[in-house]
Amino acid sequence: MKTHQKLFIFLHNSSIKLHLKKPITSDDVFKFITSLFALSIFLILGLMVYELIKESYLSIQTFGLKFLIGIKWDPAISQVFGALPLILGTLTTSAIALFIGVPISLGVSLALSEYMPKNFEFVFSFLIELLAAVPSVIYGLWGIFILIPFLRDNIYPFLQAIFGFIPLFSGPIYGGGVLTGGVVLAIMIIPIISAILRDLFSIVPISQKEAIIALGATKWETVKTVISYTRSGIIGAIILGLGRAIGETMAITMVIGNKFQFLPSSLFDAWYTMAAIIANELLEATYDLYISALINVGLVLLFISLAVNILARLIVWRTLKLVKGIVRE
Amino acid sequence: MAPKLEIENLNAWFGLKQVLKNISMKIEDKSVTAIIGPSGCGKTTFIRCLNRMHELVPGARVSGKVLFNGINIYENGIDPVLIRRKIGMVFQKPNPFPMMSIYDNVAIGLRLNGIREKKIIDKIVRRSLELANLWDEVKDDLNKSGASLSGGQQQRLCIARALAIEPEVLLMDEPCSSLDPISTAKIEALIRKLAENYTIIIVTHNMQQAARVSDFTAFLYLGELIEYGPTKQIFENPKNELTRRYITGKFG
Amino acid sequence: MDRYKLRIIKDRIMKILVYSALFIALIPLFSVLYEVILRGIFVINIDFFTKPTPSIGETGGGIANAIQGTIITIGLASLMGVPIGLMSGIFLSEYSEAKLSLIIRFFNDVLSGIPSIIIGVFSYALIVRSIGFSVIASAFALSIIMIPLITRSTEEALKLVPMSIREAAIALGIPKWKTIITIVLSSAKKAIITGILLSLARIAGESAPVLVTMGYWRWWFAGLFKPVANLALNIFVFATSPFESWIALAWGSALVLILFILGINIAVRFFTRGEYYGAKA
Repeated sequence: MKTHQKLFIFLHNSSIKLHLKKPITSDDVFKFITSLFALSIFLILGLMVYELIKESYLSIQTFGLKFLIGIKWDPAISQVFGALPLILGTLTTSAIALFIGVPISLGVSLALSEYMPKNFEFVFSFLIELLAAVPSVIYGLWGIFILIPFLRDNIYPFLQAIFGFIPLFSGPIYGGGVLTGGVVLAIMIIPIISAILRDLFSIVPISQKEAIIALGATKWETVKTVISYTRSGIIGAIILGLGRAIGETMAITMVIGNKFQFLPSSLFDAWYTMAAIIANELLEATYDLYISALINVGLVLLFISLAVNILARLIVWRTLKLVKGIVRE
Repeated sequence: MAPKLEIENLNAWFGLKQVLKNISMKIEDKSVTAIIGPSGCGKTTFIRCLNRMHELVPGARVSGKVLFNGINIYENGIDPVLIRRKIGMVFQKPNPFPMMSIYDNVAIGLRLNGIREKKIIDKIVRRSLELANLWDEVKDDLNKSGASLSGGQQQRLCIARALAIEPEVLLMDEPCSSLDPISTAKIEALIRKLAENYTIIIVTHNMQQAARVSDFTAFLYLGELIEYGPTKQIFENPKNELTRRYITGKFG
Repeated sequence: MDRYKLRIIKDRIMKILVYSALFIALIPLFSVLYEVILRGIFVINIDFFTKPTPSIGETGGGIANAIQGTIITIGLASLMGVPIGLMSGIFLSEYSEAKLSLIIRFFNDVLSGIPSIIIGVFSYALIVRSIGFSVIASAFALSIIMIPLITRSTEEALKLVPMSIREAAIALGIPKWKTIITIVLSSAKKAIITGILLSLARIAGESAPVLVTMGYWRWWFAGLFKPVANLALNIFVFATSPFESWIALAWGSALVLILFILGINIAVRFFTRGEYYGAKA
């Protein structure tokens, strides 16, 4: 090729840039920027743990691990703080919530995924999602003025009449307290547990269900196979509901009575939870140790919540993978 | 006449699996080249190597040279984005942007390349749609959604969209395989017309289409270029036994 | 009774139980809505929407300042949270390799499960301790609640855009980032906006983090470094007070809040019916 032809081609193609090494493209820049935002999740989580530990430090120094087994909370006189009753209160109300809420969630998710015809299912699953959309504080408001009087006047006396011989069900009934707290929490965790259960049930391959039906199984017997298929996932969903219950603040503080005591005298007695005490007292705390103790409670709540949430998600993930793996075979 | 595209020892992999083996050929300017071969022979991978879209798949790899106007598009430092402006592509299933109007579909390439003046865009949109034989059918309805057209019209819209940014080469990956016979015929006529000004490479599994539409034909089998030559010669007098068997329908 | 009849009876019983569970679960929803509407509607008058909250013991007054304050707070929170959530969602959907995105998505879900009171305490420790109770501290806490929600919903929205659209854009010689911003994003516009609106509805109802970062505020907006009135928090303060007038305001506020939140939820569901799935908040 003659020189002037080569030159011509070079000039003609000068719109195509030539560099000596691979340039950083605009795409690399954008990828980098978006990755920074995505990685901010870690920054937020890390900073959260750091700040909470930092602010709890005074309390940790003062009380050490005894904080977790301490049963005295006296900001006014002896300035001694202990979180055990709060932990117990949180776990108890959550346990009650699970006891009531899990069977109902199971029923709800089965109704929506296995029993209901498709056109109705859409409406009802939307309604269940609305349950989750109602803010906690409105459940609290409703709890104070509607649920408490209702339980106090209609349900609790009935319960006491039957089970009154058990200490748990004896004692004065004022309407709020531990059991009421559990009921409110149950209402709030039903949507989340139901949602996960429905996801799990929908992964079960139709072929499995058809095999059972072809053997002449009733609807319930078919449903039982679906449940056994996703058993471990159900555990995960329950634990996730637990995670939601232990962190719940406003609704429970409005109905539980907010009474710091090592153990309540009955299910109808008032009590306290970790989240509730922070909400009620952080703004009233006047000196550093008091504030630090409250944040220390928050730190404990954070760790328990993280542990529960991570455990739950790992279980649910594993189940999804397991079921999908079987499907592939 | 210097070849528009010169492919030298092109190899391509998906991970460890090699899908193109040592392909070399020269594509003439302003011609229509058909790539034929049975399913899985690497036809689509081949043309996706020509506009550097193969490498977008994770794990995909390319070696060899593709000279476009004498410059290797795989040279270190060449921005693939600029290559794709010169070497356009039309896909098997028409994919107009559904949330944009017909007008915007054709204009998007221009706008993203910095052209803002409405007058210029109007002109180029009209010209592209005319080139794609679609103008008369849509000229009163340019604001309709791109997805509201029929399959054949959508494909012509995609061709107009590709032509709007004035490429030199147009790659077509089985452009008619999802269309009815009448739309197919319209697009085949369009291809012959476009060949007056553009270099066209068309992948097709339809041999009759290749025979109708192309000047040159390349036969690929299991990732290798078996035979390449003027269409008339390939179909009337194939030099390779494998080619002959494929042409006469003995397999694929 | 033979075996078969037993199975049939069992089947019927289980069916009744399952539907009963659904019914029982929905009772609180209807009760809450019924009571809020019934009790809240009596408080609604012109004053309600134009006057600020009254002092202790006063009657009358309204929630105008709370509406103002809530709008400012969630607006500021969105300014912080939406861009971060959007960009993170884009990264997870468009750029991330399998392993890294798995880890990020996992911790994103973990973050969304952290109690909102703790996020409030975090903001308290980080911000209130230095600049005091303020709108900024509150908005910061709320934005942290928003981020994992928007990240998730954006990623899911983008994943619904078919590959063919992306390929068509790339083949036109447009850099990948431009195809994302101009074409992919606008294809997923509806679903992304849905996710953002749902997260707005969520933080409008949050009171625990607002409580520990701002506390109760009776007046109008007084600057970003000061607290501001909040609708959800007011419900808490009013409901737990001994004053009839305040309790009435609590119901009225609850009505406004519920209408806003349910309004968004219903509108969003209606808006995206049949098309892309709405995002799960």
